[in-house]
Amino acid sequence: MIELEGLTKRYGEKVAVNNLTFAVRPGIVTGFLGPNGAGKSTTMRMILGLDRPTAGDVRIDGTHYDRLKDPLTSIGALLEAKGVHPGRSAYHHLLCLAQSNGIPARRVHEVLDTVGLSAVARKKAKGFSLGMGQRLGIAAALLGDPRILMFDEPVNGLDPEGIHWIRTLMKSLAAQGRTVFVSSHLMSEMALTADHLVVIGQGRLLADTSMAEFIQRNSRSYVRVRSPERERLLDVLHGAGITAVENGNGTLEVDGSKAEHIGELAARHQLVLHELSPQQASLEEAFMRLTAESVEYHAHSDTPASAERWGDGWKEGRA
Amino acid sequence: MTAAQVVRSEWTKIRSVASTVWTLSLAVVVTIALGMLIAALSRSEFDSMSSRDRLAFDPTFISFAGMSLGQLAMIVFGVLVVSNEYSTGMIRASLAAVPQRGTFLFSKLAVATALALVVSLATSFAAFFLGQAMLGEHRASIGDDGVLRAVIGGGLYMTLIALFSMGVAAMLRSPMLSLGILMPFFFLISNILGNVDATKKIGRFLPDQAGSKIMQVVPPLDDDTPYGPWGGLGIMALWVVAALIGGHVLLKRRDAQ
Repeated sequence: MIELEGLTKRYGEKVAVNNLTFAVRPGIVTGFLGPNGAGKSTTMRMILGLDRPTAGDVRIDGTHYDRLKDPLTSIGALLEAKGVHPGRSAYHHLLCLAQSNGIPARRVHEVLDTVGLSAVARKKAKGFSLGMGQRLGIAAALLGDPRILMFDEPVNGLDPEGIHWIRTLMKSLAAQGRTVFVSSHLMSEMALTADHLVVIGQGRLLADTSMAEFIQRNSRSYVRVRSPERERLLDVLHGAGITAVENGNGTLEVDGSKAEHIGELAARHQLVLHELSPQQASLEEAFMRLTAESVEYHAHSDTPASAERWGDGWKEGRA
Repeated sequence: MTAAQVVRSEWTKIRSVASTVWTLSLAVVVTIALGMLIAALSRSEFDSMSSRDRLAFDPTFISFAGMSLGQLAMIVFGVLVVSNEYSTGMIRASLAAVPQRGTFLFSKLAVATALALVVSLATSFAAFFLGQAMLGEHRASIGDDGVLRAVIGGGLYMTLIALFSMGVAAMLRSPMLSLGILMPFFFLISNILGNVDATKKIGRFLPDQAGSKIMQVVPPLDDDTPYGPWGGLGIMALWVVAALIGGHVLLKRRDAQ
């Protein structure tokens, strides 16, 4: 369990992380989503006690990070930057981290095996590809067999096989009852792995919801209809109590009706249809809509008051 | 977490990178080789010296002449041990593993200093004996008054130079910036300040000039230095303590990047 309370980080005038309050629970994968520069990495660094919060508090299983005895055995993290001495071997990189936390050297071999780096364990890290560097970072996170794991953009630089591997790994870690907190700027990635979603934009909390609820709320489904007799079609739909929206290029979008129903209706009125297709707005679009507004706020407004209003508005919309 | 665990970890770090080996070997080779060369030159010049200069002839100090260059390799060692953490980004993994930043820094310094001390003492004894061999009949003996103190002091001097560099690197973080300040400081500025009459009195309180007093056995003529060998080393130690306090305070205060 990771608990953030009013966590804030300011760099001079710039607010990187703004009053974040949420909890990351065990047994599920929690996605931490936001555009690049939203404050995800800063938040994760504050969780690890690397950056000092300007205000607010973070607790790891109820304890401050610097009070943890052998912290790697409580929480393991993969941070975005590679962070390995290029002249040191993978084995020695992991060994020095293990020794500082009283973890036996045997465990170094185990995690190297888990991430598939055993063959290059004695090679210097400077020869590693981005993907191998990422695997080494994951090995470091797993080193202390921690109850909490945190991954910052873990799929960056991984090939498709590696991406599949990390998804499976995260799910299995969560299934073992561990807390898994993973950041990404890609909604599609989160949709495949996360059970719960925390969305931030401009350092502010935009959503804290289960994945299912987010999908239900944000994935609008509608039917697209196109006909050479657009006016008659509109009349027919209107007559049946169905509202259609014209979307500009001659097609109509109908919410809340099934394609079958519209097709039967058109047949009954002998209407020619050129298109009748059920549509699903993607989660990526939903995420873009959500965060675009926070970017827009940044571009047009410099009064914090409107930011308050905006954030509250979204939460009310959710509730 | 115990300090012993962190010391073990830092030992693994320091022995698993190549820069440790090449900086320390360079310090050893340069100090000894240059010392031998200058000792050999001094021997051939002795006969042409004035009697005044012969009175101030200090065979022990001459054998440490290579240290003026060898200490630069020691500075690189000290700087790299600390600033590597920052230039590679390893500092984030290190501090996530050891959030007690004081324990982290002082374990690192303890390991690096212990290693530097062993290497420096060995270098100092080797430089002395090989230097004396080159001096022939003008040589000093380890049993002479003050000589053993000077030889052990030479090892302490090199160790303190390394430790001072570690403190400066902990403050500045960047290896290039740290080296860019320390190298010219010890190689040029300190020498210039020490040789210009107007600044001589200030120059001799700089860490290297004060510290190197410990390696003198025969004081120069008209010596008015206001401190003795151990006093000089003490002044140097104060500089080191100041650098370490600065490094520690900044490490505690700053975000880890």
